[in-house]
Formats: sequence, structure tokens, C-alpha cells
Amino acid sequence: MSENGYKNWQEKTLIPYIKKNPTRKERFKTSSYLDVKDLYTDCDVKDYEQNLSYPGQYPFTRGPYPTMYRGQFWTMRQYAGFGTAKESNERYKYLLKQGQTGLSVAFDLPTQIGYDSDSPMSEGEVGKVGVAIDTIDDMETLFKDIPLDKVSTSMTINATAFILLAMYIVVGKKQGVDKKLLRGTIQNDILKEYIARGTYIYPPKPSMRIITDIFEYCSKEVPKWNTISISGYHIREAGSTAVQEVAFTLANGIEYVKSAIEKGLNVDDFAGRLSFFFNAHNDILEEVAKFRAARRMWAKIMKERFHAKNERSQMLRFHTQTGGSTLTAQQPENNIIRVTLQALAAVLGGTQSLHTNSMDEALALPTEKSVRIALRTQQIIAYESGVANVVDPLGGSYYIESLTDTIEEKAWEYINKIDELGGMVAAIEQGFVQKEIQDSAYQYQMDIENKERIIVGVNSFQIEEEPPKDLLKVDPSLRFEQIKNLQRIKSQRDNEKVLKSLNLLKEAARSDQNIMPVVIECVENYATLQEIADTLRQEFGEYKESVII
Amino acid sequence: MNQNQEIQKLVDGILNKQIRYIAKAISFIENSEYKIKKPFLKLIFPYTGKASIIGITGSPGAGKSTITDKLIKAFRNDNKSVAVLAIDPSSPFTKGALLGDRIRMQSHTTDPFVYIRSMASRGALGGLSQATKDAIKVLDAAGFDIIIVETVGVGQSEIDVVKVADCVVLIFAPGFGDEIQAMKAGVVEIADIYVINKADLDFAQKLFKEISDIANLSQKQPKPAVLKTIATNTFQESGIDLLKKEISNYLNFIKNSSNLAKKRQYFIESELIDTLSKAMIDKILSNQNIKSFFDKATIKKIYNKELNFYTVIDKIMEAI
Amino acid sequence: MRKIRILIAKPGLDGHDRGAKFIARALQENGYEVIYTGIRQTPKQIALAAVQEDVDFVGLSLLSGAHNELFPKVVEELHNVGADDIIVFGGGVIPNSDIEFLKSKGIRAIFGPGTSIKTIVDFIENESKSRNSKIG
Repeated sequence: MSENGYKNWQEKTLIPYIKKNPTRKERFKTSSYLDVKDLYTDCDVKDYEQNLSYPGQYPFTRGPYPTMYRGQFWTMRQYAGFGTAKESNERYKYLLKQGQTGLSVAFDLPTQIGYDSDSPMSEGEVGKVGVAIDTIDDMETLFKDIPLDKVSTSMTINATAFILLAMYIVVGKKQGVDKKLLRGTIQNDILKEYIARGTYIYPPKPSMRIITDIFEYCSKEVPKWNTISISGYHIREAGSTAVQEVAFTLANGIEYVKSAIEKGLNVDDFAGRLSFFFNAHNDILEEVAKFRAARRMWAKIMKERFHAKNERSQMLRFHTQTGGSTLTAQQPENNIIRVTLQALAAVLGGTQSLHTNSMDEALALPTEKSVRIALRTQQIIAYESGVANVVDPLGGSYYIESLTDTIEEKAWEYINKIDELGGMVAAIEQGFVQKEIQDSAYQYQMDIENKERIIVGVNSFQIEEEPPKDLLKVDPSLRFEQIKNLQRIKSQRDNEKVLKSLNLLKEAARSDQNIMPVVIECVENYATLQEIADTLRQEFGEYKESVII
Repeated sequence: MNQNQEIQKLVDGILNKQIRYIAKAISFIENSEYKIKKPFLKLIFPYTGKASIIGITGSPGAGKSTITDKLIKAFRNDNKSVAVLAIDPSSPFTKGALLGDRIRMQSHTTDPFVYIRSMASRGALGGLSQATKDAIKVLDAAGFDIIIVETVGVGQSEIDVVKVADCVVLIFAPGFGDEIQAMKAGVVEIADIYVINKADLDFAQKLFKEISDIANLSQKQPKPAVLKTIATNTFQESGIDLLKKEISNYLNFIKNSSNLAKKRQYFIESELIDTLSKAMIDKILSNQNIKSFFDKATIKKIYNKELNFYTVIDKIMEAI
Repeated sequence: MRKIRILIAKPGLDGHDRGAKFIARALQENGYEVIYTGIRQTPKQIALAAVQEDVDFVGLSLLSGAHNELFPKVVEELHNVGADDIIVFGGGVIPNSDIEFLKSKGIRAIFGPGTSIKTIVDFIENESKSRNSKIG
């Protein structure tokens, strides 16, 4: 087909037709406000060999592996955890029995921000959005009867990731598992906490130092551990567009790699352990293009900017979670369909692992039944839909390739702008990234207010509904139980040893010594999460948000 | 309760340092016309004049709120009570305002010796509104040792802050491209103390030198100090104690020389003229005879050149 | 004329401020003066900020599920400083079954996910009309 052919079709067929049968809208846009033309042809696809290449080959647009799901399905990994370690442990064992292939641990907010359950700051929050961990004792309960050399565990933890990783290593040690065999991921992505999610503790500089300490430690001691999951998920949840999700996530990635290299690490020693985490929204085709663009861009960044030699360093591997913010409290059953579309987008985009949201998550913690339906959604896509039989099934679609190019182009513009501002830390401190996201979020919400964007069941097709029943709730008395246990541990431990190891941590923080071995020692001596976090608070100070609305 | 009783209640509350009444008094001042709030202002006037008033200004993003936050802490360490007025512009279109300066200072909220109030500029064209000046009086009468007035530096408000503050601190940060602009606007000369914030960033040294050159040329007594701080979001607070010391030194100097008295007499003079013009206009407009001079019909006649604009002014003046 | 002032605050530890910031900005665009406190505020900080700012309303946003503990605490803290007249409303991930409880604790209205700005503005206007306007 040629440019002329397309123009010919437009003039002869399309325009006369539209005169009689007007289109629904004058202009069509993707969910993220990218223009969508009426039709895409081979004129829209550039340089196939160079841009796309083949799966398992640079720039990995079509996938990081040559066989993709013909080799094995993605890891089906449901994020779970609530209440006490004991309850969560039971849920994990249930999920493993249901055919889930990896664990994903959610922690409560005090654990994420470095407060013990008995801190006044923890009031009302203990066990609410995840499991409460105060000491190694809770962590042992959490993984009781789960052999750590047999599972891979993903932990959604950032500011206190160094403490939770230390605890995981110590639990492994107590189970008799060598840390070289431990598999899993810590999120450990502090930059997006400043940007979007809000569970930061320390200012950027010392936070980046902790992260590179973890990189260094794990590259030697815990080689199978994914040391960071660079997350666009929360950036998108905060209201960004697909382009911003890709751009800001990769810009965060650049900052981490830069810091690690500045610390003196060799790029190929750690880059293969970097993983990513993206969101999946309802605009399937845009999402597929987004995943493909991200893979291609990261490969270029690692090869051209950081001169990574190892192919694994250039490969972007990612986890996907379906979009929590797209779920509606109204007619919650509709969320099953939304999750299905989003999960399909993730699979068509070549995800390495997937969490599917439960339909009732806009209301409360998911029930066992809704979690099962969410997992079944993945299984139906894997076993029944047929999309897993071929690698990158949408590759070569004129629309998909054009959209992939557009997203890449616009994301580069952002990355260049952030470079101009002096890198991601500077861009965050100046509020640039936050402001861009807030503007997108505001536009999105106003479009819903004005019905320029239809959300089924929310601003159209509403019905009178009975308030939902059977919602799962965390027992508020749980905090007291947790505090009682904490007090027991504190009274039984050797306080002198605790103090000594915390002092060592203080010294390590002041020097350029890697903090991880000392943190492990603190944990082994039953120092609490907050005692460890506070020791560093005193040394590093606390970050305050820079809000520009 | 009648109006007078309510006003007396507000005044008593302020003199007893009750935060709720201080807050309500400021709202009353913000929401009321001159003639309604005058009896109240009259009652608190005798109690004013004791506080030290510090103006903090600079371009958006320079780090004013962060520095204010750290200054509160520094003054609290000296056992001084501190009140802050954080002023941000109202939207000219919606008349609403989004006030977020407080975020940086929230940790002081539970300190009974700190009071923080966000104020929208409301209509005051770029400058400080009369409400701000009156709010300072309320805080002064309530006995705060230090009153910090923080304004977004967008020209007029930077200059206006000079008319209320004993000590004006002007904050710059490198990389915002505003320094040169500020110099053009002549804003630079207003400061008693200059601060180069984010002094760890590139170009801070260059900026420091440029500002130092300007400070050296100043005719002010004493010559303005130029300080470097790193008070961004981070824990590094280097420079803040020095800034506090510099402010205290400056305040002591002007107190001991006759400069403070001169400054404050100048404030009184300019406010006297402002207030008088307002009072006069109120009075003129309430005169029925005068009103007829500029009803719609008269305006139309001026427009059609049937009446001379200046003749109308002359006639109004005669009628007063 | 008295300008309506509203404090938007996030109690508890959750950092998801998309909703709070949207409401803050939308209320500003509807002509109100909005003071935003930022995340991780204790009920006491919120109540004292509300008093210092002399607001008419306090809007609370919380997504972590701690609303049954923290929202009533804010009302209680306001009471402790004699500011019972300040109207408290809330939003976030709040199941319908909790609304009655929260209202019984003095939270005037709960706006769940998907509430339109107009609904909130109408609420503010109605409540303001019935508030007797005194000095200040």
C-alpha cells in the first residue's frame, strides 16, 4: 500500500460515506489523550527490522524471551496480606494450594513507613492494608511451613525494604536455607514514593544510598534476588497518562542505574536484577503498545547510555497489576470484565508476572471468593483464550506499531526534559513530575465530571443498588494483640545486644560502609522495625513532601 | 449578642492569647469593610507595636516555606513565640484559592506557642492586602514575639512587604532563571538580608557572587548580609541558624539605632494615607448629592463627550 | 461577605493523595479558599490546623481503611478545642455499611468513590446557609 492508496481511499470512499453516516465523535483519542486516526496502514510503520527485531533479541520490542508463553506462562501472583502474620500465613497457604505460583506480600502502612504497632502514629492503621511486622518473630510466623527455597516471594516494600529483606534472609537462615538460594523481589523503588505513593521516610540522597547498598550486597550475597521493582504502577494510579507512566518509570530507572554506577558498581553486575512493574488499564491496544515501547526504550537506555554489554541487562522484565483506580464501587461485578480486559492487555504486552485485582477492591479488602475469581481470570486467559500460543500476537498491527512509536517518542521528550532539570531527584524536588501527573489526573477526573469520558455504572448506565454485603474487615482489636506480642518480644530479648547492634548501624550510616550486614545483625537480635528505622531517621532526617497543586 | 459585645469578646480573646479568637478575628478582618472593623481595630491598637515583624519573600520554588518552617524551629529554640501569615494569590477567575504553604510547617501545628495562618490575597492586586496589615496587628496584640509574613514574590507583594516588615529577607535559588528578572524589577533593593537557598546546586556560587555585588552597592545601614542555606526538603539545615542569628542581629541593630523608629513611622505614614483615602471614599460615596454625579447617565454623557471628565471631578470636589 | 474556607486533610499514614488533591483543586475552582495540609496528619494536627485557619469545613480523605478509628478522632479533637461548629465530611474507600456509624460520630457526610464535585459543592452551600453567621 502507498500513501496514494490511503489518500485515494479517504477521498473516494471514506469522506462520501462519513457525509451520510457521521462518526460518533469528530476526534478519537486513546485513554491517555493520544490522537487516534481512522485507519492505520503500512505507511504508519517504520523500519521493521530495526525497531522490532525478534523476541529475545535487542531491542526486545517483541518480548524478552524467544518462546515467551510457549515456554511457560507468566507467574500468577496475587498480592495479599492483611491483619496478623498468622492470618496472612494461612491465606498464602490457601493461595499456593489454589495453584498460585508465587507469593506477594502486602505490608500495613506502619511497617512500610517504619513505625511499630505501638507507635501513636500507627493508630488505626495496624494490619489495615497488609500484614503488620514489628520484629523477626512476626516474619517467622508469616512464612511458617513455607519453605523459602521453594517459593519466590515478592514484597511490596520500599522505604523499609532493607529491613524486611534482612528479616527474610534471617527467616531463611533459621529454616536452614542458604541466602544464595532465596528468590524474590523487593519493590525498593523510593523515587516513585516521592512522586506518587507517599511511603517515604528519608530524603532522596540517603534513600538512594540505602538502595545502592542493597544492590551491592545482593549482587554478592543474594544473587537470585530482584533488588528493585521500578514501578510505574503507582504513578499511573496517581492519575498519570500511559506516556507519563513509561517516561517517569524509566527516568527513575536511569537514576538508580546512575547512582549504582557512581557507587562504583559495574553495570552488568546489577542491571540484570532490575525489574519493572506496570499498570494495565482498559484501553487494551494503548496498553499493549505501552509495554512494547517500554521494553524497546529500556534496551536502548541500557545499551547506548550505560553501555551494558550483557543482554540480560538490556532486557526489561516486568510485573503487571490491573488498574486499581479503574475499579468502581458501583456495580462491582462489572469490575470482573474490566480486570479481564486489563489482564489480556498485560498478556498481549508480554508481562512476566501478573496480579489481577478482585472486583470488590474499590470497597474494602477482597473476599476469598473474589480473589479466586481474579485468579481464575488469569487461568482462563492462559488455558482457554489461545493468546498464549504465539509470541507477540499483535506485533505487526499497523495501529499497534504506530502507537508504540508515538508513546516512545513522547516518553523520550519527558526523559530529555528530566535530564535538563538535572535528573529525577532534582525533578522531584522541584515538583515537576508531581505537577505533570496532577494535571493529567485533574483532566481525567473533570472529563468524568463532564461526561466526556464515560465510566459504565458511574456516570452512565447507573442503577439503584443495595449496599454490598459480605465485605471483609480487619478486626480493630488486632492492634492490641500485635502490641502484646511486641511487648513480649521486648521483654525476652537481650537489650544490651540490641543497643549494641543499633549503635553499629549508626556508625555504618555515618561511614560509607554497606549497612546491610549490620541491619541483619539488628534483626537477629530482635531489634524492632521502628528501632532500626529511627536510628537512621536520626542520622538522615525525614523527607517532607513538596506539594505543588 | 450585639456587634459591640461580640467585638469586645474578640478583643478579650486575643489579649488572652486564645487561638480560636485570634483566628476568628483575622477572618473578621478579612471579611469586613473598613467601617465595620474600625471599632475593633481601635480597641487593639494600643496593644500593638511590640512584635518583631519579618518579611520573607522570593520567587515560587525558592524554598520560602521550608525556610520559614526551619526559622520557626530556630526561634522556638530561643523560647520565642512565633506567628506566621502565609500569603498566596487568589485566582482572579474563580476568586478561590488553594493554600498549601502550611504543609511544610504542619509539624509546628501542635505547638501552643506557634500560630500559622494561610491567607489568600483576595483582590489585592499583586500586593499585600489591607487585611494582611490588620492581621499583623491582631497577632501583635496577641503578644507573639515574632511575626513572619511570607509572600509569593511576584513583584508588587515583594515591595509591599517592605511596608510592614522590620526586616525583609529575600530568598533566591539557583536554576529558576528569576534572579536577573528580579534585578530588573528593582525588587532586589528591598531586602535587608539575602539568602541563596539550595546552595548545593550548580550555579549557586555564581548567584551568590552576583547578589553579593548588589549588596555591596547598597546604601542601606547596615549593609545587607548575603547568606547561603541548604534548606530544601532534606535534613541538611546548614545555614538556618546563621540566618536566624543574622535576623536577630539586624533587629537589634535597628532597634538600638533610630532606624526601627524611622521605619515604623514611615509605615504609619503610608498606612495613614491609605486608610484615610479609603475612609474619604466611603464618606464621599455615602453622600446622596454626590452619588448623582456619577450615575449611569452621567457616565454615558462623559463617554459621548457631552460632559468633560475633569469638570465632573471639579463639581464633585465642590460638593464635598 | 464571609468567604467559605475549607481544610482538606489526610489523616493516617496512607499516601494516596490523588483524591484529596483533586477535591482541593476542584473546590478552589468553585470559588472556595482551600487549605491543604498534606499527608500523614494526626487527628490533633488536623483539628488544630482547622482552628488556626478558622475554616468552616474539614474534609478528610483516607484510603487505608482506618476511617472508623481516625475520622471520629478528628471530631473529638475539634470538640476538645471548642470547635464543634466546624463541619467535618469525609471521603475515600469507605463501605456503605460504615456510613451510619461515622455519621453517628459527628461526621456530617461521607462521599464515596464516584461522587461528583457538584454533590460536594451543593453540600457545602446548604450547610453554609444553615450555619448562623456570626462575626468572624
